[in-house]
Amino acid sequence: MSDTSTPRRSPQGKGEHGRRPNTLFKNLNAKIASIPMILTALCVFVGGTAWTVVYSFTDSKLLPRLRFVGLEQYERLWSSQRWLVSIENLAIYGVLSLVFSLLIGFVLAALLDQKIRFEDTFRTIYLYPFALSFIVTGLVWQWILNPDFGVQHVVRSLGWESFVFDPLYTKEIVIYGILFAGLWQGTGLVMCLMLAGLRGIDEDIWKAARVDGIPMWKTYLFIVIPMMRPVFITTLVIITSGIVKLYDLVVAQTGGGPGNASEVPAKYVYEFMFRAQNLGQGFAASTMMLLTVAIILVPWAYLEFGRRR
Amino acid sequence: MSNPATLAAAVAGASAIAKDLAGPRGPKPRAAFSRRNIILYGTLIMVALYYLLPLYVMVVTSLKGMPEIRLGNIFSPPMEITFEPWVKAWATACTGLNCDGLSRGFWNSVRITVPSVFLSIAIASVNGYALANWRFKGAETFFIILIFGAFIPYQVMLYPIVILLREIGLYGTLTGLVLVHSIFGMPILTLLFRNYFASLPEELFKAARVDGAGFWGIYFRIMLPMSLPIFVVAIILQVTGIWNDFLFGVVYTRPDTYPMTVQLNNIVNSTQGVKEYNVNMAATLITGLVPLAIYFISGKLFVRGIAAGAVKG
Repeated sequence: MSDTSTPRRSPQGKGEHGRRPNTLFKNLNAKIASIPMILTALCVFVGGTAWTVVYSFTDSKLLPRLRFVGLEQYERLWSSQRWLVSIENLAIYGVLSLVFSLLIGFVLAALLDQKIRFEDTFRTIYLYPFALSFIVTGLVWQWILNPDFGVQHVVRSLGWESFVFDPLYTKEIVIYGILFAGLWQGTGLVMCLMLAGLRGIDEDIWKAARVDGIPMWKTYLFIVIPMMRPVFITTLVIITSGIVKLYDLVVAQTGGGPGNASEVPAKYVYEFMFRAQNLGQGFAASTMMLLTVAIILVPWAYLEFGRRR
Repeated sequence: MSNPATLAAAVAGASAIAKDLAGPRGPKPRAAFSRRNIILYGTLIMVALYYLLPLYVMVVTSLKGMPEIRLGNIFSPPMEITFEPWVKAWATACTGLNCDGLSRGFWNSVRITVPSVFLSIAIASVNGYALANWRFKGAETFFIILIFGAFIPYQVMLYPIVILLREIGLYGTLTGLVLVHSIFGMPILTLLFRNYFASLPEELFKAARVDGAGFWGIYFRIMLPMSLPIFVVAIILQVTGIWNDFLFGVVYTRPDTYPMTVQLNNIVNSTQGVKEYNVNMAATLITGLVPLAIYFISGKLFVRGIAAGAVKG
């Protein structure tokens, strides 16, 4: 920020070759320019995360304080009905949105890959929801699923009087209403990634499969999909890290209601940190979120980067 | 022709010529209305209609009057087009005590987005440049931490940042939020720029070094002019991302500095008063217009941006 203008006056990184007065001053400008990055990495990402984890073992209420109480916050967390509902919701939403967005995304990509006309138009239409925020998405679907005016009302006015479709105000299925909106917003992205993956597959594979008389669906299932493994893994990581952060959509679409039926972990964290002023609970809940991401991320990072080195 | 390499080249050349002579390339054209085509295009069009439906409903609802909404069907086009809801959503809709509509949130969002985009791209491009061309010891380590940071749930870092911002006296201000956006935009943008700069020919950099250009000289005179496309991609990515942000807006600003998304949510989900669905939908549509405009104008570049920025989640 303010340091970007100062290094111009400082001496150039001399001593790239030959004499080296001090390794600290080697490449000095690059180091000065990287200060924002270093500060962010250390102070915010490492420091902030460590801070939250440490304070999750304290009994902080309104203000953070270092009075350690061991695992008490976690015990309280896991005995809280609200947290259990959040976890269950996230699990349902997570698994289903993973399965369906991969399935729909891949099928759409495969359809678009059939050398069709107006491919750009179709792709533009499928992807536009992704440009919209979760708030906008949530509000639109709240309106469409509104029982008094939306889909339920329309079907009833067509003559089917007993038709019931009211996900947003029914406790048991409210998370599916959110899933619906989430899929509408996110499948375009998956389609795009899959399409890129399909385009990366050699034409000759298709020719060879055709020569061998393998039906198309079999070629996709047994040849193309295994070849697209890296794309699938990347997509998986992207979708999962997005799922854990699920927050705005719920806030906009249901506000966590009816009751606490559509609560999710990210919202639980926010409520406890900034509304209920029970910081310790918020820290413990966010640490659990971190743990979830770590469980997914570490094996992936190991596979991705461990292999190459 | 004894050299196998020349032979192979000749064969390849010959087959290429043969290919050209064989007439139009690609698969055999099919009849326009084959069963396969009907199923294929039918599916694609149905899916496209499903994706377009919410946009259509938003537009239609926002142009109706409330009496018509109460009587009719959300999918039917308006019988009488009125722009009243748009005007109301923009200028007089209430959130709490303020009744100056979404315009306040819009200008807040502009005042947040413009400096955030500028600052985050400035920092990240220099970072990427340093990482690609001026490696120093330990740089990779910080970079890996940064990339991992992109995956850490924001909730984990929310409160420490509140404390940091409070310490430097920026908590609740637009400047504070700009700083937060720059921090969280850094991982993905740095990756974007690092990969781009690393793909530029190294001779260019070396030639500039030989000519005596330094760190900033090379950055401003060579790298910057050469990488306009990647800057455009970064701008698209950041503008849509920051405009659509809700979490940081709600945590780090106060009611009078709320960005548009937060204000929109407060307008629509407020529990007081009679619900005016047409105003709500007009407000929703207005909020969505900026990213939609960027999306439709930028086209392929947007796709490139999200393919690169998808890591952000």
